Amino acid sequence: MTSNPISSRIHGPILLVSAVFLVVVMPWLNSCGLIADFTLNLWGKYLCYGIMAVAIDLLWGFTGLLCLGQALFFSLGGYMMGMHLMLMIGKLGQYKSDLPDFMVFLGHTTLPGFWQAFHSFPFALAMVFLVPGLLALVFGYLAFRSRIKGVYFSILTQALTYGAALLFFRNDLLMGGNNGFTDFRTLLGSDLRIASTQRILYICTALLLVAVVAGCKWLTNSRFGLIQRAIRDSENRVLFSGYATANFKLFIFVTSAMIAATAGALYVPQVGIINPSEMTPEKSLEAVVWVALGGRGSLYGPVLGAVSVNALKSWASRAYPDLWLIILGGSFVLVVMFMPNGIIGIPAQFAAWAARRRNRDATTAAAPANRVTDP
Amino acid sequence: MSAKPFLLAAEGLNKSFDGYQAINDLNFYLDEGELRTVIGPNGAGKTTFLDLITGRTAPDRGTLMWDDGKHDLLKLSEYQIYRLGIGRKFQTPTVYNDHSVTENLVLSLAGSRGIWHSLFGKVTPLQRERIAEILDIIKLTGHAQRKAGTLAHGQKQWLEIGMLLAQEARLLLVDEPAAGMTDEETHRTGELLLSLAGKHTIVVIEHDMTFVRQIARNGKVTVLHQGHVLCEGAVDQVQNDERVIEVYLGRKSKAA
Repeated sequence: MTSNPISSRIHGPILLVSAVFLVVVMPWLNSCGLIADFTLNLWGKYLCYGIMAVAIDLLWGFTGLLCLGQALFFSLGGYMMGMHLMLMIGKLGQYKSDLPDFMVFLGHTTLPGFWQAFHSFPFALAMVFLVPGLLALVFGYLAFRSRIKGVYFSILTQALTYGAALLFFRNDLLMGGNNGFTDFRTLLGSDLRIASTQRILYICTALLLVAVVAGCKWLTNSRFGLIQRAIRDSENRVLFSGYATANFKLFIFVTSAMIAATAGALYVPQVGIINPSEMTPEKSLEAVVWVALGGRGSLYGPVLGAVSVNALKSWASRAYPDLWLIILGGSFVLVVMFMPNGIIGIPAQFAAWAARRRNRDATTAAAPANRVTDP
Repeated sequence: MSAKPFLLAAEGLNKSFDGYQAINDLNFYLDEGELRTVIGPNGAGKTTFLDLITGRTAPDRGTLMWDDGKHDLLKLSEYQIYRLGIGRKFQTPTVYNDHSVTENLVLSLAGSRGIWHSLFGKVTPLQRERIAEILDIIKLTGHAQRKAGTLAHGQKQWLEIGMLLAQEARLLLVDEPAAGMTDEETHRTGELLLSLAGKHTIVVIEHDMTFVRQIARNGKVTVLHQGHVLCEGAVDQVQNDERVIEVYLGRKSKAA
């Protein structure tokens, strides 16, 4: 949030270099065999989380709405893509049936009506946007119209995602129950289990991340962004300046839900599984922690937070499986205590510290000099 | 009461909070272009009255009509009332602390309040000129790029008045503009309000009697007491009214 001349001058080049590195250099190194397929796949997952973190930042950092249900929109996007992927398995499943395995297992003989259209990829893609978007629209309309804000909004969104997770755990919803969807084979005719397909998915994710960050940057720099931050700081004043704040909040809530959903839709074919545990309140809270660690209200910070926490998790949960949660908790405490602006705020914090130190040195250096010249 | 149409007419307003009668059968009429000062002891219902006009709270009974009865304010929400041209300055300065002074004014400029416009609308050269003009009026030209949160208390009060000017409000509701100001700042605020009267209709709620005498030179003063209009008239007339002396300057009359 805070900027000084030096950091803002190197800001642009750093962003450009990171974007090129993520979108071009990483996949290229992978195709040369210098980055393992496993690593690239892992990074694809991190970047999906990064996109979700930006969506949370748009709501929390810029509009002051702490949504603890963002994992729901992420998972719904994933489920919509998952439905298409399940149908694309075709007769290659365990039961050699046209039906997804879990349906055969439950004794179904025909595909339920609401599954039919998911044979079409464009339809599934449309649903990735529409289902989470409509849910956010209805929920947001009711919440914002009733002027639910602050911690009450957070609790309600948490209840929403918890309720949805319970619903998806049920087998009779015909969405795979607690096992969810897995064992995907192809997407648009390409085999999901080969490196080149996964590389393309990774590139799509990296491109989407860059596009989402750029889009949000533009949004938050427009007059809309001014209103967003004004709502965060003083909603009453905005209301008494003639803005229907509920509509603005609804717009941002739906946008944020759809961004999270696209991340979920790219996450599922890369990770190869989606189940209701992805939409529990814990997952949403975890994502909020990424944003807080990275630095909210900065767009780049949350991406940094999502990637670094998950990279740390991948490493620590293998190296120190018992200590992993303590490491996460400890780093969270450290950031809250010593880095109020998160990881992204460290350079500015350091610059401020250096400036204070320089000032102090200057005054202590000047003081004795004065004494000497004093007659 | 004149036959001239009223800009704002409140009749039989009542509002109670948990049994406390904040507004009690209040009648209030305002002409276009007036500078009206409203005074009254603490708890007289002054701020509640502004809350009713701006739609922040709904009355239990009564009517509130705008612009010669053309609009029923009780049927409208806060932002719709604002869009009719009723702007409000809160008691404690309420500006966007994290925004620059200019950005505060940009958000208050008259014009569309829609989402689409906020995404793609640009500040026109004409609007830039208007902002420069307002900055000059509220004496913040040198502070245009500063964050509003870093301004002095008095400057924040002026900025908030500037925001009402930017919206080109027909009616400015100004709640205790001189609170927390130095004598000189108070005087300058008075000058500012006097210079705006005529172009805008202004209602000022105030405690400071020196300030009231300054701004009510030509206008009417309304005295509220226990949610009811006690008396109305020129400042000298009001100050000499027996009832006003009793409720408002109570101790003095007993001593005399």
